[in-house]
Amino acid sequence: MLAGHQTWKFVNPPVIVSTATVVGPEEGKGPLGDHFDIVHEDMTLGQDSWEKAERKLMEEAATLAIENAKLTKERVKFFVGGDLLNQIISNSFAARTLSIPYIGVFGACSTSMESLALASLIVSSGAADYAMAGTCSHNCTAEKQFRYPTEYGSQKPPTAQYTVTGAGAAVLAREGDGPVVTAATIGRVVDMGITDPFNMGAAMAPAAVDTIQAHLRDLGIEPDHYDLIVTGDLASVGYKIAVELFAKHGVPIRKTRYYDCGLMIYDLDKQPVQAGGSGCACSAVVAYGHLLKRMRAGELKRILVVATGALLSPLSYQQGESIPCIAHAVAIESGVDA
Amino acid sequence: MADQKKKKLTPVQQEYQEMAKRIEPPRPVWRNCLFAFLVGGFICLVGQALMQLFIRFGFTEKTASNPTVAVLIIISVILTSMGVYDKIAQWAGAGTAVPVTGFANSMCSAALEHQSEGYVLGVGSNMFKLAGPTIVFGTVAAFIVGIIHVIIYPGGH
Repeated sequence: MLAGHQTWKFVNPPVIVSTATVVGPEEGKGPLGDHFDIVHEDMTLGQDSWEKAERKLMEEAATLAIENAKLTKERVKFFVGGDLLNQIISNSFAARTLSIPYIGVFGACSTSMESLALASLIVSSGAADYAMAGTCSHNCTAEKQFRYPTEYGSQKPPTAQYTVTGAGAAVLAREGDGPVVTAATIGRVVDMGITDPFNMGAAMAPAAVDTIQAHLRDLGIEPDHYDLIVTGDLASVGYKIAVELFAKHGVPIRKTRYYDCGLMIYDLDKQPVQAGGSGCACSAVVAYGHLLKRMRAGELKRILVVATGALLSPLSYQQGESIPCIAHAVAIESGVDA
Repeated sequence: MADQKKKKLTPVQQEYQEMAKRIEPPRPVWRNCLFAFLVGGFICLVGQALMQLFIRFGFTEKTASNPTVAVLIIISVILTSMGVYDKIAQWAGAGTAVPVTGFANSMCSAALEHQSEGYVLGVGSNMFKLAGPTIVFGTVAAFIVGIIHVIIYPGGH
């Protein structure tokens, strides 16, 4: 099961039997807009607070994922989820509505793959026949909690990122049709001393590179084992830094395709997102919506999704602390030849 | 301060930060300065026009400033409530932040944002979240300048 130092190689690879993605208007306008299950035109989703809107995104994604798997929520034994808000209220409150036994996790924007890795472990070990992983984020709740009020007129620097409004959920099963989770690497916390919360890409890039290197080392493989390696939300700044770090550390990343979800979800030239997308939902909706659809269509065989998270709080950066970061990698293979 | 922070970093961190700095796109400082100058100047021009208007309607040069500021604040609050002010500000930067419109925007946006937490704990306690420091340090600065004034001109004036 344990491979190397920090990787789980699943002997009974759990199957991703269904996924669901729900996004906001800006994501719907982006290049991947057609790949999402529900696109909301209204940021409030008809709710009276941003927080309730975010919770609604999660509830919709979770309900739809269970529906798509043709299951009832009673058969899904565990729900592993988390988000960016204080005390992960979006997922905890969504879990209240779903009333599925719930494990709340926090890994900032890496929560998408953290929850998927844990849910895979639960299913693979035989602790449940079905488990669900989910995460969500909302642009306005993130702005409100981490930065300024949404309508406040502050000028964002070109390194800033735009938090994705959306939610993604995946249902894992011991058997069934669909792509399988073959391995997961749990990352270490890496801190390179970056203190600027408007430059998350630069803070998170070393964590992503560290986890990818650990993954390749633990499994004894090269990057070309995968058709595609994607990082979660490094955006344009972090992506360039990561490419340079790979070169510096001698990782032959050029042998495969390497890209970043934060760059895929928006059209950077046309949408006002500065360096690109970020947030828990960024990697979740790109992976569950876009990438898994391409896998089911047979365009991709093996992918590695590396969700990156900045583990800061508004309090920690106001007190001048640097930004510790983490990345978790999950390897997914299309079920055909697995 | 910055040097002190640098000293605490390990060599690996220092090396990384230098590399990251090289890759980061720099802030367009000159463009920002120019836009701030033009937009800020334009807002002041509108203010001056309003003031002349009020003087024409019988205000004196001294009393006309109050209704002028009030009109600018209302415009800013309306633009903030319509969700446009932040979009203009991304483009104009300090140009919309420095004049009185920026102050109005900071209070209005905070009040709007925290309305969901109720009028007392939400609007009441968060309205000055961004504007508060301006008031605190404005008062402190006025106090210090006042003391200096008293020392230099002990008899008043």
